[in-house]
Amino acid sequence: MDIKIKVENLRVSYGKGEILKGISIDVHKNMITGFMGPAGSGKSTLISIINRMIDFEEDVKIEGGVYLDGDNILDGEIDQVNLRRRVGTVFAVPIALPRSVYENIAYGPRLQGINEKTELNIIVKESLRKAFLWDEVRDRLNKSALKLSGGQQQRLCLARTLALKPEIILLDEPCSGLDPISTAKIEEALDELKKDYTIILVSNNTKQIARITDYAAFFYMGELIEYGPTERVFTNPSEKKTEDYIQGKFG
Amino acid sequence: MRINPRIIDKLVKIVLNSQAFFTVGILVAIVAVIFFKGSPHVNLEFIFSSPEDMGRHGGIFFTIIGTLLLVLLSILLATPLGVGTAIFLTEYTRESRFTKIIRFGVESLAGIPSILYGLFGFIFFVIKLKMGWSILAGVFTITIMILPTIIRTSEEAIKAVPRNFRIVSYSLSATKWETVLKVVLPSATPGILTGIMLSVGRAVGETAAIIFTMGSSLRLPTSLMDSGRTMAVHFYILAREGISMEKAYATALVLVLSILFINILAYYIMNRVIARYS
Repeated sequence: MDIKIKVENLRVSYGKGEILKGISIDVHKNMITGFMGPAGSGKSTLISIINRMIDFEEDVKIEGGVYLDGDNILDGEIDQVNLRRRVGTVFAVPIALPRSVYENIAYGPRLQGINEKTELNIIVKESLRKAFLWDEVRDRLNKSALKLSGGQQQRLCLARTLALKPEIILLDEPCSGLDPISTAKIEEALDELKKDYTIILVSNNTKQIARITDYAAFFYMGELIEYGPTERVFTNPSEKKTEDYIQGKFG
Repeated sequence: MRINPRIIDKLVKIVLNSQAFFTVGILVAIVAVIFFKGSPHVNLEFIFSSPEDMGRHGGIFFTIIGTLLLVLLSILLATPLGVGTAIFLTEYTRESRFTKIIRFGVESLAGIPSILYGLFGFIFFVIKLKMGWSILAGVFTITIMILPTIIRTSEEAIKAVPRNFRIVSYSLSATKWETVLKVVLPSATPGILTGIMLSVGRAVGETAAIIFTMGSSLRLPTSLMDSGRTMAVHFYILAREGISMEKAYATALVLVLSILFINILAYYIMNRVIARYS
């Protein structure tokens, strides 16, 4: 199986507190990998390393290596703009930019210099389709994206990320504020998307991890406690902590 | 003993209402006086003809041109400078002693009486740089005078743009400058325009700083090195020297109407921007 992202002995600290304490993990291509763990376990920090959004935080120290198709993305020379084109991100809170639905989706492609109307139309339509949002917004592409419901905005964010044509999609608790129906739609979309993308899903919801991921990783206090095929992790966890977490004894 | 809360609420409402009415009333009274005293003498001829006999007769066309040149050029100079400074302070530097000093300087400058700007402009632009009394010297002086307002309001407007918008923009592979240009500035535009409007008001109504630097010569300026007269200065001289109170009020009315027009125009632009970026 192809490995898309290889993390080697990654240590991250903010100020004096160490958030990730030497993590090594391989993320497989065209799979959904779930990161789970209680608050403060470091799973979101790991995500922000992979898209280098961590660079916008202050007082951060990073050691170790993170390889994307073999290239170390922690290398100071790496082109961050290009990296974020390859690694798309959907955040926990759906944040639509203050402009129309269409212009939200077209934001990324326009940055890449795509300004031709017919080409943009295709990208917008395709992206919205893949995010299972097209049918709901096809008549209001030119209306403000801020008027969409929370669940629609989150799928808009997914579509906006897809419009970048990334290789990897990072989702940081994308369903934490959503109702069950919107959650189901996002999960349905992700299941389709994994054919073409490598997906990492951070979630506090163990049921969601069990439902839709192929591989699951359990983080606790900055350490990777357990990692393996989701079915194995959930039916036969090798660590007591994992078992307790999955059963809802803490977290 | 507690006073009946319903009575308190009613009392507060009455007091607040009357305060609001009082404020608006003063404004209405001022505009009404100017309107009634000025309107009999305002017509197209007054606006488009040249002044005669120091303004005792004829129109105010030259002073309208003077005002337009001064305000337009000052705003054109001050806006990029001021907004640029605000972008630098908010987006391109971290809070430090340096930014605090700049901010303190800006705030202090905003509080200086305009006549001091006039004096500085006179010494520096008119005398030292040998510009003489000229529109250009006036423009530079007014630019410096309105910069603090534009910087402060732009900075507040930029700061009010949610950090999340920037994060999203970066995550969609935008550079810092692209983010500023495409996300931050559009969202901040209404606030920035407010600052520009305040500045237009100050520039249009200014007299002291302008007499010192642009002079008050009552003729049609043919170059930026000519001296000229703005409507506010014209009004001041007509009234102060007792040349013609009728023409003074008429000038004042045109001044008020043009400020009204500029405000309506600004609101129109603002609404266009808001409609697009919301």
